[in-house]
Amino acid sequence: MAFPSAVARSDPLAALASKGKARRYTADLLFTAVLLVMAAAIPLLGLLLVISMLQEGLPALTTFGLQFIWGTTWNPVTHDFAVLPAIYGTLATASVALILAVPIGLGAAIFLAELAPRWIAQPVSFLIEMLAAIPSVIIGLWGLFVVVPIVRQVESLLGSNLGFLPIFSGPAYGIGLLAASVLLAVMILPIITAVTREVLRAVPSSQREAMLALGATRWETISAAVLPYGRSGVVGATILALGRALGETLAVSIIIGNSFKISGSLFAPATTLASLIATQFREADTPLYLSALMAAGLVLFAITVIVNVAARILIWRLGAQAVTR
Amino acid sequence: MTMVLVVDRRRRVADVVARVLCGVAALAGAGVLLLLMLHVVVNGAAALSIALFTQLPAPIGQTGGGIAHAVIGSVIIVGLACLWGIPLGIGAGVYLSETASPWLGNVARFSADVLAGIPSIVVGIFGYALIVTAMGGFSGIAGAFALGVIALPIIARTTEETLRLVPGDLREASLALGIPRWRTVLSVVVPTASAGLITGAMLAVARMAGETAPLIFTTLGNNFWNTDPTKPMATMTLTIFQYAIWPYEELHRQALAASLVLLLVVLLINVTVRLASRPGVRG
Repeated sequence: MAFPSAVARSDPLAALASKGKARRYTADLLFTAVLLVMAAAIPLLGLLLVISMLQEGLPALTTFGLQFIWGTTWNPVTHDFAVLPAIYGTLATASVALILAVPIGLGAAIFLAELAPRWIAQPVSFLIEMLAAIPSVIIGLWGLFVVVPIVRQVESLLGSNLGFLPIFSGPAYGIGLLAASVLLAVMILPIITAVTREVLRAVPSSQREAMLALGATRWETISAAVLPYGRSGVVGATILALGRALGETLAVSIIIGNSFKISGSLFAPATTLASLIATQFREADTPLYLSALMAAGLVLFAITVIVNVAARILIWRLGAQAVTR
Repeated sequence: MTMVLVVDRRRRVADVVARVLCGVAALAGAGVLLLLMLHVVVNGAAALSIALFTQLPAPIGQTGGGIAHAVIGSVIIVGLACLWGIPLGIGAGVYLSETASPWLGNVARFSADVLAGIPSIVVGIFGYALIVTAMGGFSGIAGAFALGVIALPIIARTTEETLRLVPGDLREASLALGIPRWRTVLSVVVPTASAGLITGAMLAVARMAGETAPLIFTTLGNNFWNTDPTKPMATMTLTIFQYAIWPYEELHRQALAASLVLLLVVLLINVTVRLASRPGVRG
């Protein structure tokens, strides 16, 4: 304060004002403090999550060590637990789902952002995005009643024509890796489509105009000028979808057949980490059994975190390339 | 000359083929949703009845009965989750947008993104490890905790993004009038963004109502009427899951009817939010 304090003390109005200011200041401090606690709750919850998962999974991890990840037996009777087949199932279903969904999602996004008139693009993107809102248990139910019979037909067709390939060998159950991958593809399609569409829309129209002015067709413009420009966004959309596919539980556990085997065939029943945990949880009657399931959850958690971090690094590097070019 | 024409035709054909394929892909995506809805609506509507919502499950193998216990369970658990998830999420979002220190802001933002990205089944295990073991049993409260953990990052991030859209002029005008920061935030910034906040909360409710995986480890599900959230409860999603994997035709019918109701609720929320936020957002 530049003014002598005696003046302020003698002036009742000024005294009142400074008192009000002090009260206001405490109210602001209090307000900020309450909000701070609320915001801090998010990282605290995250930390708590990691700690409690480690705590629950530790007994199994210390009992089996690295064998928990590399071993292939899951036997509750002899208390022998390892999750390699579930890791395989998780990665296999997610990869096949990406192979199915990425071309379709990319094509749909190109159509919606570049080719379709507005009156078609709007309702179609609305429908595709609503797909993301459907609860996964309903998609699983639909898959069981509708997709499995279709997949069985497709499998027997593939088996009789391309059965010499290991991935198309074996009996056509319908239920199994392929059916689970199809459902996952349905579930990640809206993510890929929506994110890619936004990315393509953000591409400056000068890119397209330059290409068209050179006499390129629409498709040449899209494939040579628009898609490369939005490449990092498309990669990001794919990885986002991969993260979702890895952790999806309900639809997969209904339809995958829950067989703890590694088979080279897409037709074979399999299991995923999430499906293993969901279906065996109620049967876990000993602490070690339960801990093994929790450790499986920890492995799943680790895989999704690795995928997300890899995605960030990839996008960051692609972004840096785009800038330096 | 002819060479040029051949190349030119090849390019045109490639162009048409690629365009058609893209259109087919888009129609396939939309078609999947329509097929799914058609199946659920046709088969679910056939099994829909008043009894489904007023009665408890009949003994297995008998026809009739309903899932009233699951409807009330879903309402209670999602309600309890809203009770802690929405205020905390909005508070955290307000902090991130209005008063965040750069360090805590980044940490909270990063954690929210990580929490939003982890599989919901992992959140279920978290709820089991933290609440179920502490309470000594499965309960609706544990389920509400897990659902809240799923809703929290969604609400926090949508709140932050919505509040950032509020023009700085409004804040400055209020502060220039001598109104303290907390009043400015609560009486000027938040009301201006209220439509966005409600949108975020509604989307989170729709998401929670459709979640199953986190509830398997926390509320477990049961077959009886129970409104006491300290005990295991049934929910719509858990009941659909259970009925789907049991080999009884009658239960499959009821699962489809329950799916129809759940689908309508979730889609209704999403469509409403869509329509309400249309003018501001690029279609």
